Amino acid sequence: MTTGQILPASPIEPVLSLRNLRVSYGEREILHGISFDVLRGETLVILGGSGSGKSTLLRTLVGLEKPSAGEIWIKGRDLAKTSAAEMDEIRRKIGMSFQGGALFGSMTVGENVALPLREHTRLEDSTIEIILRLKLQQVGLEGFEYYTPAQLSGGMKKRAAVARALAMDPEILFFDEPSAGLDPIIAAGIDELILELKRAFHMTIIVVTHELASAFLIADRMLLIDKGNIVALGTTEEMRSSTQPRVRQFLDRVAEPEISGELDYLQMLTAERPDAHNAAGKRG
Amino acid sequence: MEFVSQLGSSTLDGLSYLGSLASLGARAAYYTLVAPFQGKPLRLQRAVSQAMDTGVRALPILSLITFFIGLILALQAAYELRRFGAISAVATAVAVSMSRELGPLITAIVVIGRSGSAFAAEIGTMKVSEEIDALETMAISPIRFLVAPKFLAMMVMLPCLTIWANAMGILGGSLFGVAQADFTFVRYIQASIDSLLLRDITTGLVKSVMFGITITAVGCLEGLSTGAGAEQVGRSTTQAVVKSIFLVVVVDLFFTVLFFFAGN
Repeated sequence: MTTGQILPASPIEPVLSLRNLRVSYGEREILHGISFDVLRGETLVILGGSGSGKSTLLRTLVGLEKPSAGEIWIKGRDLAKTSAAEMDEIRRKIGMSFQGGALFGSMTVGENVALPLREHTRLEDSTIEIILRLKLQQVGLEGFEYYTPAQLSGGMKKRAAVARALAMDPEILFFDEPSAGLDPIIAAGIDELILELKRAFHMTIIVVTHELASAFLIADRMLLIDKGNIVALGTTEEMRSSTQPRVRQFLDRVAEPEISGELDYLQMLTAERPDAHNAAGKRG
Repeated sequence: MEFVSQLGSSTLDGLSYLGSLASLGARAAYYTLVAPFQGKPLRLQRAVSQAMDTGVRALPILSLITFFIGLILALQAAYELRRFGAISAVATAVAVSMSRELGPLITAIVVIGRSGSAFAAEIGTMKVSEEIDALETMAISPIRFLVAPKFLAMMVMLPCLTIWANAMGILGGSLFGVAQADFTFVRYIQASIDSLLLRDITTGLVKSVMFGITITAVGCLEGLSTGAGAEQVGRSTTQAVVKSIFLVVVVDLFFTVLFFFAGN
């Protein structure tokens, strides 16, 4: 198991490499130097509690947040230093499925899925129609192209969002909390879908979640992130057998000691790395 | 000292807000006027449906309001003019004040209430539900996709609505003219038309275009700067209305002063 370290040189080239990535909101640093590689065709699950920085990490990977330092390499280009035009080009190679689906309410499901194709390609309408059918079929939503997002259930919305993310045949697919807000059966369906995408298309998939059951089912490797640092990175077996206290606490679902007062809470919010210079106070 | 520093910081806030408005306006102008010639077509269909919403669907309420305003203007003007035995000047008073000032202003305020707030609510809701983020990850500019069609629609529809509002105001005035000032309907309309100079109408229309730009920029900017959570959408909507009304009056003042000294 590696702990916050760069993986040893691998025969498979990484599709995504992070080197010492730091992200801040204003004065507050959220991610304190994250480095890891994502290999072609693997499913990496990023685990972490609320406020761990996992969502910020995902938003940075898809270019919604600018890193304050460090490098993000996708397709031989550093995301942190690209121009807007290059950024758009990289974005066409990635797909993102948002937590609530983020489908456009004023359009039908079909128009939602076809949107990236209409915007970025010069394909004929009839071709787009065929691709649309294919993508909807892949996510199990055949025949739903004329529904509006409001007419879909939570699970169907997520499937439609996946179809839209798949529209441009992305090389990397990102999922933000795929099972959030879904009942266990529907959530299992989404897990199945992710597994199928992996099996059928050998797609590189990065999933952010805090659902342990789903994480162990879909992951090839897992990354546990806490307070903006990588706690552990390894295969599911390595994670399961890990003896690291923070990993055990997360996997065994041990409750955090109660917050005893306002000061503790504020400290938790503003907490920095233990080794970092921190005027707010020292943590144990 | 405290007061001075507060004054300074709110002045800076105000200026930076104006800066954001200008930057949004400029980017929308780029996507509306320049980008279509560089192979990035404008979403005309969206602009048309937006124009239906902000323009055509505003007609009933706008007609009613400006009709009443015209009638009120006639009554108020007649109150004063009667004393000089100049009640026949009512037609002129209504026509000129509608086209130069009240037509554009009332139209702007109705449009703020209907569309400015709707822009903020629509974009704000999209922001909260991560739809704006989704657009960006799909490499689709939210400015081009959402804001530019609104700008185009407003810049075309607001002058049209203003012309309609002027006409409805004059019509409202004619009700008083016919009932109380010994006009026939045709003579009242003729008197109104005779009293209007072309520049009375064009200055009003120039203003209305500027109002359209202001309302769209404020509505969209408030929407785009919506924070997390549904209650923030409500806040953005309120802010959009309050700031739009204020800025429309400021723009109005600016152009009125400009036209006054330019002799128009």
